Amino acid sequence: MLRFLVRRLLGAALILFIVITATFFLFFAVPDDPARLSCGKTCTPDTLAAIRANLGLDQSVPAQYWDYLSGIFVGRDYGEMRCDAPCLGYSFVNSEPVLDTLLDRFPATLSLAFGASVIFLTVGIGVGVVAALNRGGWLDKTTMALSLIGASVTIQFLGVIARYVFVDELRWLPKPEYVPLLDDTPGWAGGLLLPWLTLAVVQAAVYTRLTRSSMVDSLQEDYVRTVRAKGLTPFQVTGKHAWRGAVTPVLTVYGIELGTLLGGAVVTETTFNIPGIGKLAVSSVANSDLPMIMGVVLIAAGAMVLANVVVDALYAVIDPRVRLS
Amino acid sequence: MTAVQSTKKNMADAARGNGAAADPAPAEPLLDVADLKVRFRTEDGIVKAVDGLTFRLERGRTLGIVGESGSGKSVTNLALLGLHNPARSTIEGRARFDGIDLIGAPERRLRDLRGRRLSMIFQDPLTALSPYYTIGEQIAETYRRHTKADRKAARARAVEMLDRVGIPQAARRIRDYPHQFSGGMRQRAMIAMALVCEPDLLIADEPTTALDVTVQAQILDLLGELQRDLGTAIILVTHDLGVVEDVADDVLVMYAGRAVEYGSTAEVLDTPQHPYTWGLLSSMPRLDGDVDEPLRPVPGSPPSLLNPPSGCAFHPRCGHAVELCRTERPVLARPALAPGSGDAVPWPGNGVSACHLDTATREGATA
Ligand SMILES: Nc1ncnc2c1ncn2[C@@H]1O[C@H](COP(=O)(O)OP(=O)(O)OP(=O)(O)O)[C@@H](O)[C@H]1O
Ligand code: SF4
Ligand SMILES: [Mg+2]
Repeated sequence: MLRFLVRRLLGAALILFIVITATFFLFFAVPDDPARLSCGKTCTPDTLAAIRANLGLDQSVPAQYWDYLSGIFVGRDYGEMRCDAPCLGYSFVNSEPVLDTLLDRFPATLSLAFGASVIFLTVGIGVGVVAALNRGGWLDKTTMALSLIGASVTIQFLGVIARYVFVDELRWLPKPEYVPLLDDTPGWAGGLLLPWLTLAVVQAAVYTRLTRSSMVDSLQEDYVRTVRAKGLTPFQVTGKHAWRGAVTPVLTVYGIELGTLLGGAVVTETTFNIPGIGKLAVSSVANSDLPMIMGVVLIAAGAMVLANVVVDALYAVIDPRVRLS
Repeated sequence: MTAVQSTKKNMADAARGNGAAADPAPAEPLLDVADLKVRFRTEDGIVKAVDGLTFRLERGRTLGIVGESGSGKSVTNLALLGLHNPARSTIEGRARFDGIDLIGAPERRLRDLRGRRLSMIFQDPLTALSPYYTIGEQIAETYRRHTKADRKAARARAVEMLDRVGIPQAARRIRDYPHQFSGGMRQRAMIAMALVCEPDLLIADEPTTALDVTVQAQILDLLGELQRDLGTAIILVTHDLGVVEDVADDVLVMYAGRAVEYGSTAEVLDTPQHPYTWGLLSSMPRLDGDVDEPLRPVPGSPPSLLNPPSGCAFHPRCGHAVELCRTERPVLARPALAPGSGDAVPWPGNGVSACHLDTATREGATA
């Protein structure tokens, strides 16, 4: 188990390195000049040069790359300013330290992902299992039809409609906004409720269908027939045995989903104006803010890789054949 | 094998003799199946997987069920345990198990019987055992389901059973998962699990098909030994007539969801009456036969169960078919009473078969 984890973590580090490198060089392949952008309308060649020097853009690309990488491990100096490790640089746009901005934005993204996950996993898996157990019955057909609708709507569309109906008109739900959890817990939950529900509707549909189909497969396994032949109750058959075979595909898909969500739910955050990593990604790309883009990519890739390691470890927990081979 | 065999037969005869000799009315058999029908609704139509099956099994005896793939052997057994999905299947007829009607019994009632009084083991123990729980847990779970035993007692019972089916170091091996066992050991564990509550009836659906030849014999020996100790009746489904010859008291030959021949093992194997049984026997390699004799499987393929042939379902493949065979379905009867209606009381010792041929023709054909 330990060797497995060490191997996975080394692999993860390698992937992050490749992602950083690729993003960095891709950035220099695009024609935008970030110094030109932050120089403004009244730009003189002197100011431009000064900005270049300040941002480190006057150096060669490999030198900048090296500064960036080494900054992560040992920190780096910007003129008088010292940026301690792990240093992800300063924003080209507002000169804020990238790391601080990321840490500032991450809780919103995490809150969104956490709450939505709780809702869509509970609903999706619950409904999927019920549908599988009633396969072919009206309950199954109804939920499958509903989930098809759920899976076909987009978050923008659903978000705007739901906001108009449930917040503006009916006033059933509070106005969507982000309030930090520790400042005001009820406000946190209330403000995120609509974003959670919107994201959950779309996702739950996916998990309902996935759970149903893998549960249907699992219920047809020979070993499930055996436990029925042993006289176990339907609750034991499903709750103790059949789910073990059905959970793996769900876990796989959720692992990828979680990685994506933690890298910023771009559409949801934009639709509901939630200041998370997703919104940050959009604005930093629009501003050609290289250090910020790098930071966002790093956090998104990190989340993806971490979710992957966790999922792999869970496979081993679930399936002794993985653990013992 | 033979030693086990004779002891077992003695036991069984003794058990059977009690009722029959002391009591003028024959005692009710352990399992009494009459006119069992199992149909499945599918997209293509109604599959008549079992279509009027009648047989009996006495306590402690072994019934061999043989027949080609798709003849309805597994469907019959799953119907006895009530394991078919009621939403997709219709089951009719009667199956009385020790005075309890299995067909139409409430699911709750059947659940209490399954694993306690009727157990089943399957062809492939690797897929039939859950990969997610230890062998010990799977055995103990069955025991706990049907007794008031606590976790510790059930565990001790699992060790005891595993030891009894001949797994060395049982106390240690109960912590293993099925994939850590060899094929033969898995089937032993499966048997331990099925017999943990000492059921009256064990249904073994091709228990040795997935195993090596040497292991097959060991598993059959083990079953015979446990049967002798526990007095369990066994329904043994197999493709192997050699196995039937060794272990079964009675044989039921199935074709297209029906019994085509039914009688004691000696009768059916030594004086087979049905052309399909003749085909099966001639396709079987015999140890005492000529080694160079080529294997002759029954020519042709099994009929569609959606749209079975009229009359005798075997007629498209039968070399002895006459006009009557195409129009009229033969009933199970003693051959002397054929053709037409007859005394259709199937009873081991009264070898019966479902064929229109008269005795003389049959004798001519087999001679
Ligand atoms: N759930 C089901 N739905 C529809 N048809 C079924 C179902 N189960 C079995 N059948 C059909 O019933 C017929 C009998 O199947 P069964 O499994 O009993 O055969 P078998 O005699 O056990 O064969 P084998 O020797 O291959 O195990 C087959 O044609 C099969 O396709
Ligand atoms: S009834 Fe006719 S077709 Fe059927 S087995 Fe007998 S002879 Fe052959
Ligand atoms: Mg079968």
